[in-house]
Amino acid sequence: MISRREFLTVSLATGGGLLLGFSTASQAETAPASVVPAVASGKDFAPNAWVRIAPDGQITLVVSASEMGQGAMTALPMLIAEELDAEWGRFNTEFAPANQAYANPLLGGQITGGSATVRGFYTKMREVGATAREMLLQAAAKQWSVSANALITEPGRVVHPGSGRIALYGELAEAAASVPVPGSVMLKSEKDFRIIGKPTPRLDTPIKVNGQAGFGIDARPEDLRIATIERCPVFGGKVKSFDATAAKAVKGVLAVIGLDHGVAVLARDYWTAEQGRQQLKIDWDLGPLADLSSEGITRMLRAGVETKARPAAKHGQGAGALPSAGSKKIFRAVYQVPYLAHTCMEPMNCTAAVTADGVTVWAPTQAQGNAQRAAAKAAGVDASKVMVHTTFLGGGFGRRSESDFVTEAVQLAKQHGHPVKVIWSRPDDVQHDYYRPIAYNELSAELDAHGMPKTWVHRIAGPSIWSRIAPARVKNGIDPSAVEGAADLPYAIPNLEVTYALIDPGVPVGFWRSVGHSQNAYVVECFLDELAAQSGQDPFEYRKKLLKDQPRYLAVLEKAAEMANWGKPLPKRHHHGIAVAKAFGSYCAQVAEVSIESGKPRVHKVHCAIDCGVAVNPSGVEAQMQSAIVYGLTAALSGKITLKNGRVQQQNFNDYPALRIDEMPEIAVAIIGSGVESGHTLGGVGEPGLPPIAPAVVNALRAATGKPQRELPIRL
Amino acid sequence: MIELTVNNRKLQLDVAEQMPLLWALRDHLGLTGTKFGCGAGLCGACTVHLDGKAIRSCVTPISSAQGKRITTIEGLSAVSDHPVQLAWIAEDVPQCGYCQSGQIMQAVALLAETPQPSEQQIEQAMAGNLCRCGTYNRIKSAIRRAAKSNESMAVAAVNTALVDNEATEVRS
Repeated sequence: MISRREFLTVSLATGGGLLLGFSTASQAETAPASVVPAVASGKDFAPNAWVRIAPDGQITLVVSASEMGQGAMTALPMLIAEELDAEWGRFNTEFAPANQAYANPLLGGQITGGSATVRGFYTKMREVGATAREMLLQAAAKQWSVSANALITEPGRVVHPGSGRIALYGELAEAAASVPVPGSVMLKSEKDFRIIGKPTPRLDTPIKVNGQAGFGIDARPEDLRIATIERCPVFGGKVKSFDATAAKAVKGVLAVIGLDHGVAVLARDYWTAEQGRQQLKIDWDLGPLADLSSEGITRMLRAGVETKARPAAKHGQGAGALPSAGSKKIFRAVYQVPYLAHTCMEPMNCTAAVTADGVTVWAPTQAQGNAQRAAAKAAGVDASKVMVHTTFLGGGFGRRSESDFVTEAVQLAKQHGHPVKVIWSRPDDVQHDYYRPIAYNELSAELDAHGMPKTWVHRIAGPSIWSRIAPARVKNGIDPSAVEGAADLPYAIPNLEVTYALIDPGVPVGFWRSVGHSQNAYVVECFLDELAAQSGQDPFEYRKKLLKDQPRYLAVLEKAAEMANWGKPLPKRHHHGIAVAKAFGSYCAQVAEVSIESGKPRVHKVHCAIDCGVAVNPSGVEAQMQSAIVYGLTAALSGKITLKNGRVQQQNFNDYPALRIDEMPEIAVAIIGSGVESGHTLGGVGEPGLPPIAPAVVNALRAATGKPQRELPIRL
Repeated sequence: MIELTVNNRKLQLDVAEQMPLLWALRDHLGLTGTKFGCGAGLCGACTVHLDGKAIRSCVTPISSAQGKRITTIEGLSAVSDHPVQLAWIAEDVPQCGYCQSGQIMQAVALLAETPQPSEQQIEQAMAGNLCRCGTYNRIKSAIRRAAKSNESMAVAAVNTALVDNEATEVRS
């Protein structure tokens, strides 16, 4: 049995957990005083909450975002190390604890999402590094009685070129600790970057090839019990009563605990707990959603798409510019996308220990603040009594911004009186998700004499994510996440109207990689392709005409077309499709090369061009493009959650499949580094690669078959 | 009592015979490098070796592992220098990393049997191992890279086969 201490040590060694030498100038009110570890040593130089340099030269950089595969644990230290002038790789990293000091400046909370980590911390982390460097320079200047202006740094040390004197950062740590923190610092210009912009191997790769990386599910505090929960199969349903006799009779079952929404079985191992769970007899109060079905939900959306429509965007005369309803000049289409589950490879889980002193949580979370608040509420204590250890995340994709798994673990640990790790089975994960919203879209357009769209009307109906998470974000009935990528259409169309009908069938919905862009790029890019076909024009040239005043869109579109040799002959029966989208500040275009093999779509190659302003780690950007393409392709080819009698019908990778290696396309990525000093915005990279893939593939299939695919997943 | 040989160590474990090997490894032996993904042999995250062959430990009852050599990611190499691990590092394969123990164990088994696999053989052998982060193309590159260093791999395989009979521990 590995003890709790050992687990923490392992976590530390692998960058996965406890923050030891926490020291911050901006002490937040939520800092859990009783559990913040002591400042490592009075001799350490810790100018801010992110950098700590010990006299022995050991540098520790704190990573304020969760590492869920997107490379935050490498990219954020790159930003700090660039300005600190640290030797790359010669430092430790630690994940930040829950503390508002680590909030993402762009999001205002300690959340890893919205492709916002590098965007939000780009300036802040560089300032953090530059501040530390400036103080080290000042310390050296004082020691050597020279002007700080006469000093330079080389990676890991301060140098006085005039005298040849050199001091390693560690040697200056103690002196630097007493230098006043400078009010402002100069940052390097882009052309002087030594680390930023260089393809850099991930810092976590070595511990991810030998089993050492500590994920949430690997937490093993002493005296741990494993819990598995039978949840009400219908959303919102509750436990009426249950009989635990047979479950408790299973050898090894330690306890059966009733919760509001389900019944938990606890044992020393997951399998034994599952054996007990199968013996539970539960009488459910199924609640009002017991008759919900996919067909019924679609009927609700169709019925409300016009009657409940609220204006999301309008220019020119909007829908008023369309000819009268019966006119043959109007081109119409209905596009639909289903609910989608996230299916992170690591099933949902959380570990919690509740004592008289407070609550300790080990969580694979994208939102430490939310996790802390959820734990505090579940335990009935103040948030300052909750310590959140962020582990590595076995995928996030938005699912782990929720805290339902944290609440469960804390409730059980409190009731049971021992540390508890709740582990979800894969069916639990598929059937109790916060799903990508379903959406029903009615589109109408009229073309001008040149075949270009004169009027574009897009009516969207679907459930709203922000209504649950932050209702204030829903203004005038518009959930911005439901219309992103649709209401801000870049194409030069004289009359445009986009409406949204907020219709909530009751199925929980949440953030899913690229959120509203995941469906809206598909809808608008495929409908546009239909218009191009309608007027007999090449879809790439058609877009170019409509984007002539959108240089960054044009640049990625032309780059992807160039990479693919757009318009040049392809192998027999292969077809190209193209799509472009802007999401999370980045511009991305893709060309998919597709054929139909044995009646099924086969994606051979994807050419992807991305402009994210500055690619901090180009190797990471390339990986994120591949990643988003695979995630989006999985959804386009097979992703669909359906409901019957209020229950999700899918349960595992057999009926909710994910793309496999033998279906994997080749992916070529080009990064257009437009730079941010030129005034361009810095874009994210975790999500922007996803929106164009479904429409690129579907447009290629339309080229192959002549038929549109107006519903995902693709069915030929 | 069930007798097991895990990573060259002999162990005795007092658990039910039907318990899948995965949970014995993770929850009773603390070998958490092997991952739980689906519980139904559908995703490959739990892949370990039984006498050198890749198996899904989530659907393998521990009783069927008795008397056989079990190798987990932790036992692949003492210092993470197995040629397949080195190839994974060189290609910077992992993203979230959760599936990678299983991917690596599957790849090691493939290369032990087929030192110079074709593209098709790589795809066939790896098709049971899901990766939601989409690291497949870097996985393919890493396998091709490891295949090039096959002589050293043959040596590593021999080393792994040397069973250390000295340590016998009792765990529960």
